[in-house]
Amino acid sequence: MDRREILDELKKVLTPYTENKELLAGITEQTNLIHDLKINSANLVDIIIDAESKYDIEIDLDSAEKMTDIKNCIDVILEKMNHKA
Amino acid sequence: MYNDILSHLPYKSSFLFVDNITLLTEDKVIGDYTLKEDAFFYEDHFPGNPVTPGVIVTEIMAQIGLVVLGIYLVGLSPGEFAVTPGNKWMPLLASTDVAFYKMVLPGEKVTVISTKQYFRFGKLKCRIEMHDAAGEPIAKGVFSGFVRPSGPGIAGAKQI
Repeated sequence: MDRREILDELKKVLTPYTENKELLAGITEQTNLIHDLKINSANLVDIIIDAESKYDIEIDLDSAEKMTDIKNCIDVILEKMNHKA
Repeated sequence: MYNDILSHLPYKSSFLFVDNITLLTEDKVIGDYTLKEDAFFYEDHFPGNPVTPGVIVTEIMAQIGLVVLGIYLVGLSPGEFAVTPGNKWMPLLASTDVAFYKMVLPGEKVTVISTKQYFRFGKLKCRIEMHDAAGEPIAKGVFSGFVRPSGPGIAGAKQI
């Protein structure tokens, strides 16, 4: 799975937590979940848990703390998927 | 009885809504509270017709179902800080989604049953129900929250 595919999948994970769905259309690797998508920081935990079940991976606290923008989310997901393989 | 944990609750007098904890495990907590007939909110809610406000019902569910279990879980695996009398901290409510089934009148004893959905990265999410003395549902909902350090000299809360 490449970065583009993960970004498309990630968008689906983020959709229920993004109040203004129009913000998802302009998503790039530079997009910050809290500042750009206006996601409630309390929901980052739910996003990480949803990503874990979607990709069948386990995300530790150190990795979770990095997952505030799309680039870092994709980095962590790829790293954990490769680690599993 | 698991009432030792009540000494860790940060609430005082008129806003402490826990009398007893009768079950406390890593996955579940059961507790009860009897509404005081002279509670401050009955005089105005409503004049001549005292009914427990929905926000108070929600608060009782959160204190027993989320805060008590949260203190217990943080105590089992102290991470960035520990819950001790000398360590200032406070519970933060993150979300509630509650449905109400019936009114609670002054003097009623209510029982709260909370089942953990997850406790990850400091966030506790629970399915919580409140029942009356006959076991009939008063309210049901899903709650989430954090326990965070507070006060001067302690670093601010992390994002996760």
